[in-house]
Amino acid sequence: MGKRVAIVGTGQTKGSSGRKDVNGQEMINEAVMKALTDAELTRDDIDAVIIGNMDHFEGINYVDTWSVDGSGGYMKPIMKVTTGGTTGTTVAMAAYYHVASGLFDKVLAIGWEKNSESDTTGAIITAFEPIVDRPTFAGAVGGLALMANRYMHEFGATQEDAAYVAVRDRRHALKNPNAHLQIDITIEDVMKSPMIAWPIKYLDMCPRTDAACAVIFASEDYAEKICPRPAWILGIKNRHNFTFLGDCALGTLLSLEDAAEALYPRIGITEPLKQFDVMELYLPTSFAGVQWIEALRLCPKGGGPELVNSGATDMGGQCPINPSGGVLSSNPIGATGLLRVAEGALQIMGRADKRQVPDAKMALVSGFGGCNWSDLMALGAKKPD
Amino acid sequence: MTDWIEQTEDMVYKGRIKVPYTWWVGETGSHFFATLRDEKKLMGTFCAKCDMVFMPPRKNCGRCFNQQMSWKEVADEGTLLTYTVPAYEADIHPMKPPFAFGIIKLDGADTGLTHIVAGFGTGQLKTGLRVKAVFKEDREGHILDIRHFQPV
Amino acid sequence: MDKVGIVGVGQTKYERRKVGETFFDMIYEVTVKALDDAGLTIDDIDNVVTVSNDFWDGRTISSMAVQDACGARHKDISTVEGDGVYGAFYGAMRVLSGSFGTTLVVAHNKCSQSRMNQITNAMFDPIYTRALGLDAVTSSAMQARAYMDAFGVTAGQLAKVSVKNHRNAKNNPLAQIALDLTVEDVLKSRMLADPLHLLDASPITDGAAAVIWANETAAGKAKKQPVWLKGVGHMSDAYHLGDRDLARSPALVGAAGKAYAMAGIADPLKQLDVAEVSDVFSYMELMWYEGLGFCPEGGGGGLIDSGATEMGGDLPVNPSGGCLSANPVLVAGLARLIECVLQVRGEADARQVQGCSTALAHGIDGPCGQSHCVMVIGK
Repeated sequence: MGKRVAIVGTGQTKGSSGRKDVNGQEMINEAVMKALTDAELTRDDIDAVIIGNMDHFEGINYVDTWSVDGSGGYMKPIMKVTTGGTTGTTVAMAAYYHVASGLFDKVLAIGWEKNSESDTTGAIITAFEPIVDRPTFAGAVGGLALMANRYMHEFGATQEDAAYVAVRDRRHALKNPNAHLQIDITIEDVMKSPMIAWPIKYLDMCPRTDAACAVIFASEDYAEKICPRPAWILGIKNRHNFTFLGDCALGTLLSLEDAAEALYPRIGITEPLKQFDVMELYLPTSFAGVQWIEALRLCPKGGGPELVNSGATDMGGQCPINPSGGVLSSNPIGATGLLRVAEGALQIMGRADKRQVPDAKMALVSGFGGCNWSDLMALGAKKPD
Repeated sequence: MTDWIEQTEDMVYKGRIKVPYTWWVGETGSHFFATLRDEKKLMGTFCAKCDMVFMPPRKNCGRCFNQQMSWKEVADEGTLLTYTVPAYEADIHPMKPPFAFGIIKLDGADTGLTHIVAGFGTGQLKTGLRVKAVFKEDREGHILDIRHFQPV
Repeated sequence: MDKVGIVGVGQTKYERRKVGETFFDMIYEVTVKALDDAGLTIDDIDNVVTVSNDFWDGRTISSMAVQDACGARHKDISTVEGDGVYGAFYGAMRVLSGSFGTTLVVAHNKCSQSRMNQITNAMFDPIYTRALGLDAVTSSAMQARAYMDAFGVTAGQLAKVSVKNHRNAKNNPLAQIALDLTVEDVLKSRMLADPLHLLDASPITDGAAAVIWANETAAGKAKKQPVWLKGVGHMSDAYHLGDRDLARSPALVGAAGKAYAMAGIADPLKQLDVAEVSDVFSYMELMWYEGLGFCPEGGGGGLIDSGATEMGGDLPVNPSGGCLSANPVLVAGLARLIECVLQVRGEADARQVQGCSTALAHGIDGPCGQSHCVMVIGK
């Protein structure tokens, strides 16, 4: 049988529009050093390294072999995992499976991106099928706009309904020293911001960020020796959706619904809003923030705006979402998903400083990417049976 | 039902990915390139724990994770560790033949620098050959500010 | 380690240019083949690992092209960007974790669709090395030179690898290039980059492959006896070519050491019945003999001279023809593993090594074989 696995240390660099002072590998090393310090471990203690980013954002082939000076992979087992936007959560899952297999005890998961080094949209377009989809389609915003549009049509939601998500996440980010964007905004600010792709406006949308994140996973044989309150991985599920853009209905994030449906029964979740103390969700637009939480069954279909605007998901509310400021505040794509995992773990470990949700015992974190891939991971303070 | 496969001509669709890049060199790399450009000097970084001078320079030591590296100038002359002469032309090549790729252990460095070797006679290239950097007149802070290495 | 074994395999024919097929088509083909081979249906597959590379595919999130082709709908899925053996290892880990009873691992590449020079040039550091214009051929040529100079290995000994593997490929109906060559043929073939000739190098290849892992319980449903994972290890050397001793492969020694310790292999030449190693260039097979402990350091040339690694020798290496006969990059490692499975099962037909019960599969990643993954499988 597999081993139980916990997160015992995390590190992240502060999000930036352009880290000119370091090359990619040096930025990775910063996050790795922070994680090792957090866990009080050295490079020698690490049994394997797993790294992820989206190749075309930095234009480097075989990043796992390229980055060994910074990642700590010299004369160690290394592996590269990459799945687009979900890369960060996929890397975390890979680290989990490395340890759960019983073959590695302490594994370092690294997610990073230096988005300032390339044309983000130019690179994202290459994700789409080259013959039919790519010539007519434009980047990440386009797809997300289509989803927002469909959601508004099906459930009568308004742009103002969604705008509160942007207000909430950006306000939360003011307490996160690592967040890229730290801005205090109002719904009016969001509504006045320039339109990018209807209905998504500038302040509804996530930035592109340079940052790296490193998370250390340890087996049950070591976790409690390394960390007083490790964050145990309770369950993992992921699902994807399409080959061509038009393959799936867009009113609901079906892959996230599918993943939640698969995960919740395995870990005894029937009322997610009640049973989870905090969530770090991959919400790249404010519209996602009202639409996708329905897929997680936090509220009925069409009920997202009411739940969010009630304040239930604010700090101090019933179940805070994105105390870190979320993707709307920092989006170093290959790291973004891993940041959700790290932030969720920090909450359980009690190391979330000014953004700590008091007595957080159960956290839900999610990842999202093209093609509507959804990753879900549940973390808890109690070692699973 | 599958007859149509036999009758359909296989189409090919040409494409090209155009994603421009600007790689941040970082402070460590910037110091290396600025010194190369302005002073025609080659700066490596030294890890005291491993007792190694790295060329090209590193901000941290990949072996022991020492974060405190110090700058150490290395010579612009050294020994050829290995080489190859490409027998084909490719648009990624920096110059027309004849030239070679080589790894050069510059005097004072503990690791080799990969670069171009040119100006050699037939049969002259061999492991252990002493070579020296030839700098460009107009340097811009780029690895090819060293035009190539050539036999001493 | 709990038991996890391979119960199904599938490969496409390896060809220079599969014009009529997309990645989707190839992956579907090998998925169906692997399922038929295992006697399982897609519903028996609990999760999927795909292996692909965004550069080679010309597509960010390259896995998007194939996940429906390998039946990953409503299943957990992930993607390893690296040689197929690494993907296979990850697939096995996912079963060993206890989360899944079976994993389908698929890999694809159409090297004909891209330009090898530019794709492999992109693995070099953009700040210090890429502008020099190196690619896989010229960098490997420098490694070959370093290796030959360090140990006195000759061009003729390199050529023997090419002769052996191209001849072995005649017994493999899936191989791309099967030839009857002499050492002289290899040495007379067009020079690519000294000391590597055309026939010292693997070809440009399109293809795909799939394996299905199962734990003991799930394996009970499969048609054939599983081939069990006995030992596995992976390790990476330093990155900058000048940081490494290119004549040696300490990372392979490390990876093999782990795999051998798990599998109880103390004398690989005796205890292994067959090995499929990543001979992307002829000299690499000789270097990997040494890293894998088939002979002492510097003894690769001597080992090929002895005939021990020929069909009929003490330890046949690359009965399939290896990468020299077909090199769909990334898929090639998975193909090595599949060939080992066929050997242990006794299904390798004309390329069968008699009495095979323990086999070794090997894959590499990064410039000049920077990273290695070694897998020992058996009855």
